[in-house]
Amino acid sequence: MTEEINLTIDGIPITTRAGTSVLDAALENAIYIPHLCHHPDLKPVGACRLCGVEIDGGRMTMSCLEPARAGIEVVTESPEIALVRRTAVELLIANHDMDCLACAAATDCELLRLSAHVSVQSERLERLKGLTELKPVDNSNPFFSFDPNKCVLCTICVRTCEEIQGVRALALINRGYETVIGTFGNKPFIESVCESCGECVVRCPVGALAPKRFQKPAREVQTTCTYCGVGCGLYLGVIGDRIVSARGDRERPSNHGQLCVKGRYGFKFINHPGRLTTPLIKRNGEFEEATWEEALDLVAEKFSQHKGDSFAALASAKCTNEENYLIQKLTRAAMGTNTVDHCARL
Amino acid sequence: MDKEILRSLQEAKAQWETLHGGKAPLIMVGNATCGRSAGSQAALETLQKEIEQRGLDCHVMEVGCIGLCYAEPIVSIFKAEKPGVVYDEVTPKKAIRLVEEYLLNDNPLPDDALGTLGEGSIEGIPVLFESQVLKPQVRRALHNCGLIDPTNLDHCFANGGYSGFIKALDMTPEQIIEQVKLSGLRGRGGAGFPTWRKWQFCRDAPSDKKYLICNADEGDPGAFMNRALLEGDPHAVLEGMLVAGYALGAQTGYIYCRAEYPLALERLRGAIAQTEEQGLLGDDILGSGYSFHIKIKEGAGAFVCGEETALIHSIEGERGMPTPRPPFPATSGLWGKPTIINNVESLACVGQILKNGAEWFAEYGSKKSKGTKTIALVGKIQRSGLIEVPLGISLREMVYDIGGGCPDGKKVKAVQTGGPSGGCIPDELLDTAVDYDSLSAAGTIMGSGGVVVMDEDTCMVDFARYFLDFAEKESCGKCVPCRLGTKQLLTILEDITEGNGRPGDIELLEEISEGVKAGSLCGLGQTAPNPVLTTIRYFREEYEAHIHDKECPSKVCKELIHYNIIPELCVGCRACLKVCPGGAITGDVKVVHVIDQDLCTKCGMCYEVCPPKADAVEIIPGIPVMEKA
Repeated sequence: MTEEINLTIDGIPITTRAGTSVLDAALENAIYIPHLCHHPDLKPVGACRLCGVEIDGGRMTMSCLEPARAGIEVVTESPEIALVRRTAVELLIANHDMDCLACAAATDCELLRLSAHVSVQSERLERLKGLTELKPVDNSNPFFSFDPNKCVLCTICVRTCEEIQGVRALALINRGYETVIGTFGNKPFIESVCESCGECVVRCPVGALAPKRFQKPAREVQTTCTYCGVGCGLYLGVIGDRIVSARGDRERPSNHGQLCVKGRYGFKFINHPGRLTTPLIKRNGEFEEATWEEALDLVAEKFSQHKGDSFAALASAKCTNEENYLIQKLTRAAMGTNTVDHCARL
Repeated sequence: MDKEILRSLQEAKAQWETLHGGKAPLIMVGNATCGRSAGSQAALETLQKEIEQRGLDCHVMEVGCIGLCYAEPIVSIFKAEKPGVVYDEVTPKKAIRLVEEYLLNDNPLPDDALGTLGEGSIEGIPVLFESQVLKPQVRRALHNCGLIDPTNLDHCFANGGYSGFIKALDMTPEQIIEQVKLSGLRGRGGAGFPTWRKWQFCRDAPSDKKYLICNADEGDPGAFMNRALLEGDPHAVLEGMLVAGYALGAQTGYIYCRAEYPLALERLRGAIAQTEEQGLLGDDILGSGYSFHIKIKEGAGAFVCGEETALIHSIEGERGMPTPRPPFPATSGLWGKPTIINNVESLACVGQILKNGAEWFAEYGSKKSKGTKTIALVGKIQRSGLIEVPLGISLREMVYDIGGGCPDGKKVKAVQTGGPSGGCIPDELLDTAVDYDSLSAAGTIMGSGGVVVMDEDTCMVDFARYFLDFAEKESCGKCVPCRLGTKQLLTILEDITEGNGRPGDIELLEEISEGVKAGSLCGLGQTAPNPVLTTIRYFREEYEAHIHDKECPSKVCKELIHYNIIPELCVGCRACLKVCPGGAITGDVKVVHVIDQDLCTKCGMCYEVCPPKADAVEIIPGIPVMEKA
């Protein structure tokens, strides 16, 4: 059992686990402290400078980096904190391509949340010099795009790729205002070692990394990914009978919300007109639709004509462990051969 | 004590005495980077060729920088029984004259000499160290620079090198830290943190491994103190590292030196090899049981890598970006181990403190800032150069006495200290003492020791723009206030200097500056607005002239000036008319020339070519009247 500690945030008594950051403690207790580079799955970096707090009357410090300690008194607003937050948010917005209507993050954008929090006023923004020309958008990846004009350089994508995926496809490139997120040699995403898992896309707090042709689903269906035996939990987003999105189920122990490229983006086949929906049996050189009974009867009949080494089985990685167990059982016990293999070994 | 080292020290001393007291003349050529850029290599080669052709028995020795940049290339000639004679601006032609006149004819050419060095005097030549430029100086960190051959370990030995370290080996680490504490040494890299305290943190941090890093990533524009020291006396730094390593319990030291300093790197590599061969570096140094190794890491020229945590990441092979402190490097630094990062000059002071004692070190300086400080005195100044002054000296003494004020009788307008992280101090505040606390109270910082002098022709808005341009480009891009704030400040300043300033821009600059200072992650961003804030503080009227009157009072900002030909003075020579690239000038021979302000590109060519006797072209602050209408 992790030790529980008590502290106060803006005078409100809070209980949290030792080792939690002040920021997480606040967020868990429904106290919003502005933040942009923080993500619960990642190590804190203190880069956005928005989550400043004052602890026990001390100087401003970043709450994402401060461990919650027993008895401390945290204040989330002071003239200095407000100055830093307002400066940072106004500068971010002035340098952001405010293409909100067509933005995939429109309904869940940290920048809009921040803007509301500091009450950004357009007459103040007008004083600032903003984007003068837009950088090209990287559309090379078939599943998602990267728009540097919306990027806030929180590095959540970089850290996700490094800390969670271990791929390190992304890094910060250049210095100063020219700093961008990029791949090795700043090549298009598709030419990099990126595996298109989309973990960065999910975590992007703004619409810089966004799924292509994003549509917000009308409802979500909890299910299990059929691509392999891991059994990742996912929510398929549906409009009518059409699947428009997929997201990982953070509660599922097999994947804790993570998905690979197939589970996250490989759902288009479901509504594809060319998809097989019934078994086909070749009769007189032509495939004809058949029922499952017909098809299974045919297979059983054909199998019964073979025994021993004239038979071999190749199982699929899309099957579960249990299904793969059964196929080897069938091969050995019923078909009388040990010639059984698996596609993932090839 | 290792007997061999004592023998080496004695031999070195004897050799040095022979070199200086022997019959053969000794010729020293200042051949550090600064000398080379002024042409010292040509002077050196000429001297060598002349001496060889004439079959003279001379020692020609390359030395580091003595600090008199304005006088480079510098050659000193020591003849038997006489003081050395220092000659300035030695061209190949002058070098031949020196050989013919002084070496062969014994005429020391007093009119061409800068001063004498060492004991004795020569009629007509002043004593160099009594001169206005050197008298107020106290050369401690630089005591060997320009006077020894930096590639010769014996020269270093003969001048007391490594004696501080040898002494330290008989002390406990605690005693060493105590000495450094008593000396009052504060970090010479800029922040001025007490060196001993930092060491104590690291000493107390339990760990199987500890690291010492020498920060030689000198990045301020116009600063070259560390480079000169590394080129002129690399052993002084190595000695400091050996002492520090021993006091901290570190086994490995890194020198993080920028790759733009090839000569400094060459000198360091040579010096490391020599000390290793001598047994002063490596395992079981001089039989003491203390082992210390030094590695060199070349930096790729990022200003931010002078920041401790960014520097550490750079050594680790990561992108040079700062990380928030705590944890401080003294407890968790390089590869997560306790690490101390000291500036080149701080380390050079350490050897001196050990050799001469803490009291000796603290005899100069002010109450809270002890010792001396090397300063790169540059800008619009008559005698630019590398100087070392006791802390507490006034900026006025430095600028006027040592530097000789601005050239061409111009007035000093302001002095910038601390590079892009510092601020400017106007002429009327030049009595401010050069120490950590006084400079800080005036709105600037000591920094690593760059002092840039500006004369009356400097536009302070343009000056702030220059430093913000630097800060914006060198920001690592990690934190929002620095990355976007410096860019915003720069853009506003650019607009102001281009005549597009808006009412309220000064207040906006101040507001953003305060936000960037308070919010930035590391020292770069926290100090980057200082040039803006101090120029507004002391020269607000110049900003107002740019914004409201569309005038650049110093006649620097191209968009806020215009050129005019004074009809009464124009002689009608067509000189300006011919060079004007825009065809903006009309007139004819003996007919007064006129500038069409619509066509004028303000390139200034007309101003340059107008014959001095006519001097008819004038620069007028502000945009032409008709444009205003």
